[in-house]
Amino acid sequence: MSAPGMDKSMRDPLAQARGLGSAKDGVHHWWMQRLTAIALALLSPWFVWMLVSLIGATQSDVHATIANPRYALPLLAFVIALFWHAKLGLQVVIEDYVHTRWLEVVLQVAMTFACALGALTSVFAILRIVLAP
Amino acid sequence: MATPERPLSPFTTIYRWQITMTLSILHRITGVILAIGAFGVAWWLLAVSASAQRYAQFVDLAGSMPGKIVLAGFSYCLMYHLLNGLRHLLWDSGRGFEIPQFYKTGWTVVVLSFVLTAGIWMLALSHGATA
Repeated sequence: MSAPGMDKSMRDPLAQARGLGSAKDGVHHWWMQRLTAIALALLSPWFVWMLVSLIGATQSDVHATIANPRYALPLLAFVIALFWHAKLGLQVVIEDYVHTRWLEVVLQVAMTFACALGALTSVFAILRIVLAP
Repeated sequence: MATPERPLSPFTTIYRWQITMTLSILHRITGVILAIGAFGVAWWLLAVSASAQRYAQFVDLAGSMPGKIVLAGFSYCLMYHLLNGLRHLLWDSGRGFEIPQFYKTGWTVVVLSFVLTAGIWMLALSHGATA
């Protein structure tokens, strides 16, 4: 992805890039994607099992189950890992397939905000259940 | 963007079909679908935290025929993405890079994803979900 005006430069793109250094990000994205993947590989079978066992339960039953720290804590870990992993994955999908620079940036911002909102909403809901009188 | 006149590296249209390419793109497609499903999890939690009425509304919607079809889709996507994700973690450990291993682990993922999804729904039915 070339910056505006770069195309008109007489300098070779490699020469322009040299000396600027890396983005100092290293393997952070790759590592966090794997870390959240491992967390989700452990937590999502548990989450599916919990959902299945709650079929037919009343709201007060489900509420009481989630209010139990044995459920609330793994559930908090699950939703945080879930939205984090979703954000990292969607980011790469947008990077790979959206080649209009302004649209790519708009989508990255919107997607990141949406994932943050999803994670915050989930955490808020779990805390509301746990702290309910 | 690359200058269009420059030669491009061979793309999928050049190659004969192999299961590996389908599994690779399916990993991304199921991942995007599951990212949408994550908002369903948030919705469910919010409904539980809100009130018995809000939870009943959610259950009605999830238990309707379109709701069940969507949930069946999410459950398949989760099983596929989970199993193929384990395949990715295997590669990250430096294993499974021989060509026959790609096919073997790939087909294992395909078969197990259907078996596990069927297992989830059999369990759900035995827990009182109606077909």
